Amino acid sequence: MILIYLILILLAGAFLSWIAGTKNSVWPRIIALVAVSTDLAISLATLATNAGNTDRWISDIKLDWIPQFGISLHLAVDGLSLLMLLLSFFLGIVAVLISWKEINVRVGFFHFNLLLILAGIVGVFLALDLFLFYFFWELMLVPMYFLIGIWGHENRTAASYKFFLYTQAGGLLMFIAIIALFFIHGDITGNYTFDYMQLLGTSIPGPTAYLLMLGFLAAFLVKLPVVPLHNWLPDAHTEAPTAGSLILAALLLKTGAYGLLRFVIPLFPHASIAFAPIGMTLGVIGILYGAKLAFAQTDLKRLVAYTSVSHMGFVILGVFTFNELAYQGVVMQMIAHGISTGALFIIVGQLSERIHTRDLDRMGGLWNKVPVLGAMGLVFSMASLGLPGLANFIAEVLILAGTFSTKVLFAFLAGLGLIAATIYSLRIVQKVFFGRMDNDYDIHDLNVREKVVSALMVIVIAGLGIFPRPVFNTAEPALLKILNSQRTMLIDYPVTSNYNAPATVNLWDAEAMENNKKQI
Amino acid sequence: MTQSDFLSLLPVLIIAAAPIILMIIISVVRNYEFVYSFSLFTLLSSFASIFYVYPLTPHAIPPLFIIDVYSLIFLGIIILSALFVTLLSHDYIRQMDVAREEYYIILFTSTLGASLLAMANHFILFFLGIELLSVSLYVLVAFQKSSGRSVEAAVKYLILASVSSAFLLFGMALMYFSYGTMEFNSLASHISKSSTSPALLYTGFGMMLTGIGFKLALVPFHMWTPDVYQGAPAPVTSYIATVSKGSVMAVLIRFFFNISGFGNDYFFYVISAIAILSMFTGNLLALRQGNIKRLLAYSSIANMGYLIIILLIGNKSGVQAAVFYLVSYFITTISAFGIISLLSTSKTEMEMISEYRGLFWKRPGLAIVFTLSLLSLAGIPLTAGFVAKFYLIFEGMKAGLMVLVISMIINSVIGLYYYLRVITSLFSDPADVKLPALSLTGNITLASLAAGILLLGVYPGWFINILVSLL
Repeated sequence: MILIYLILILLAGAFLSWIAGTKNSVWPRIIALVAVSTDLAISLATLATNAGNTDRWISDIKLDWIPQFGISLHLAVDGLSLLMLLLSFFLGIVAVLISWKEINVRVGFFHFNLLLILAGIVGVFLALDLFLFYFFWELMLVPMYFLIGIWGHENRTAASYKFFLYTQAGGLLMFIAIIALFFIHGDITGNYTFDYMQLLGTSIPGPTAYLLMLGFLAAFLVKLPVVPLHNWLPDAHTEAPTAGSLILAALLLKTGAYGLLRFVIPLFPHASIAFAPIGMTLGVIGILYGAKLAFAQTDLKRLVAYTSVSHMGFVILGVFTFNELAYQGVVMQMIAHGISTGALFIIVGQLSERIHTRDLDRMGGLWNKVPVLGAMGLVFSMASLGLPGLANFIAEVLILAGTFSTKVLFAFLAGLGLIAATIYSLRIVQKVFFGRMDNDYDIHDLNVREKVVSALMVIVIAGLGIFPRPVFNTAEPALLKILNSQRTMLIDYPVTSNYNAPATVNLWDAEAMENNKKQI
Repeated sequence: MTQSDFLSLLPVLIIAAAPIILMIIISVVRNYEFVYSFSLFTLLSSFASIFYVYPLTPHAIPPLFIIDVYSLIFLGIIILSALFVTLLSHDYIRQMDVAREEYYIILFTSTLGASLLAMANHFILFFLGIELLSVSLYVLVAFQKSSGRSVEAAVKYLILASVSSAFLLFGMALMYFSYGTMEFNSLASHISKSSTSPALLYTGFGMMLTGIGFKLALVPFHMWTPDVYQGAPAPVTSYIATVSKGSVMAVLIRFFFNISGFGNDYFFYVISAIAILSMFTGNLLALRQGNIKRLLAYSSIANMGYLIIILLIGNKSGVQAAVFYLVSYFITTISAFGIISLLSTSKTEMEMISEYRGLFWKRPGLAIVFTLSLLSLAGIPLTAGFVAKFYLIFEGMKAGLMVLVISMIINSVIGLYYYLRVITSLFSDPADVKLPALSLTGNITLASLAAGILLLGVYPGWFINILVSLL
């Protein structure tokens, strides 16, 4: 039941803050803060009480929803989704705090949308019924669209359309794939259901599986985003209000990565191996191209947006490496990128709130005026370039190490991305905080609320950089299950002649495979 | 006719009696509120009588009528839609300077025509129903007779509808000529036994499809739709969009199933082509519309394109999907037009998207209902439209109609763009437009329609259960 409460608390908070917003503008913020904090507390408690729990699911609930179509309200949490929940609630609190002064029109409706997006995201991380998953997947869109369209910057309308249409188009392709999977599984087993656990292990003929996987990828790769499909991202990130950019970059992109891990790999083991070379190539292109574009921007917010493209390239690279090392790196990258890029967006927001521009050429030498803000900028730029001691370093090194064991070339090319990251990150610091001061801005440094938010984020990013173990321990059982379920499928239904089996399959010797089977 | 024949026709008889009683009353004393309340009462009692008739089904009154669960479901949908249109007409019609009471009389005659279609088992009743419906609609469209656009729309509708009726009639004649029967349920056996060339069947059906396609506003018979939607008074537009189309859909499904049209390649390609063309034409033409009534007209063309897919599915669950789709489409459309009706006065129709700018900041309740219905038309989760589209796609994929399903998906994305345009303007900075105050009935009606959209969107299971158990 606790999983349903997580969503219900957010929904109730959403409606309450909307209602409260008609009276004054402080109560919605407090209500939103309380709702998200409650959820954070609940998930922390779940984490604490389930340390070392190796069950398939830490908590699992299944209720009928539309039984005629085999649709159920099936929510479950394992280590992977729990980490994502913690990230969502932590950044949800941050989002409320940073909007405290920035958003002062239509405050109630703003927090309504914010909490609704969080509810959708939480649903996506918890849903184990594919129809329900799609339902939450779409539920995130409408409030995000409002967030960009109502509280965004100058070109908000175009950006919000672009965001909605891209993601909706991808989502609908996934929806077709979901329904097709439903029928294929039903025709084989006679059991027509959208339930993830039952759909796992469906033996789908090769070419069909590949098509279905492409349907899922359409949704996830647009969200992630991967380079030819990334067009919506810079606009949406740039035009959204700070809280919107934060949620977009830190959480919405993660739903794509989560989808790959939770659905694409276990449901289509053969097809995903066949796709792996393409996927890894796309990842490397994303890393390098995103970094190049980031370097070329003059709008600071756009620059940060493009760094997301680059960092998410590491995620897709890691996902298609199929080994635990890289998967740990992917999870860490999701968390680290969520916090570091989120923090960069917050810094951009705080800067443009003070100097009313996001143009890099009109900044410079701000360190003397706002030392604390400058220090924050330095810390998170360093995080972004992968400085050892911060979480991003661990994530990227793990992904590279995992990739190196199978594909040296990809690891080498992706490694170049780290150099590119150094260039654009240093450019941020150089252009904004150092250099010559041309403008005489009369600005003040961070206030207490802003300091608290920044301190929280620094603590988390540095803490995870120095003690990453808890994240690994929490994610490990879930990641092993994902990898094992893929391997089991590969053993039970050996690769057919439709595929030229890629080298990755040969990595597992027969003995390890047998062990894996026994474990499951 | 026996007593049970009369009893089983009770819902229709009540509707048929209403205009006569109303005419007598009006000739004695004119009282708008009384006529309105009487109409509501009559529609309610007609709806209630459906439950009374239900145990008598299936009951045939050869050769014209067939009263089975299927016709009762459609009858229920038609009467409820008429009821909601009546509720939303009240304020709009009251402000008119014409003979206002007659509006309800004509509403009844057209509802009678629509109800006959739901029970038709014979070409004669088919034609009678469709003409009764159309002739009443000519009058309703032109009801705002001081407005040039309203009259223009009515004339356009009159001429085109007459031509399409001629096609329909000719098609029926050809069918009768080749098979010697006008009853739907005996056509099938005649077709299979007959030695006449299928050319006559194809020509006959093609011509009938022209007539039907006109009523449903399918491409390429859709030209009238935007003008009539725009010119007609808003409540009448909602009536055309729902009752008129729903009843024709009812008879089309019955007819097509009786002749087992879905097994035939020729029909398959013709209907697929019409469906795909309707989807694309409707959605693409809606993209640049600045007039919300025209926009909804094009959206209705696309929606009917989605809906006729079920003719090709050709099984019971397909019909269930169709009924679900119609119900959700009706709720959605009536609430969208209901908002337009309530905000319009008979002098000025509130029909430009720009006039709705910032509605959310002035009338949050109205804007939420409007947003909900637009999201439902776009098929976004939490709304009835999403489940309806899912149901249709689901059945379409089950029947292996991948091309149609894919074009439906592509069109959903195109459609989203123009629905979003309207939603965006609802939430942008307010326009300087004075809005009339809303009556309590109007508010309650809209609230219940919105509740319906949400209920079918979040918890559709119970309704699907009803459909599965009935059909």
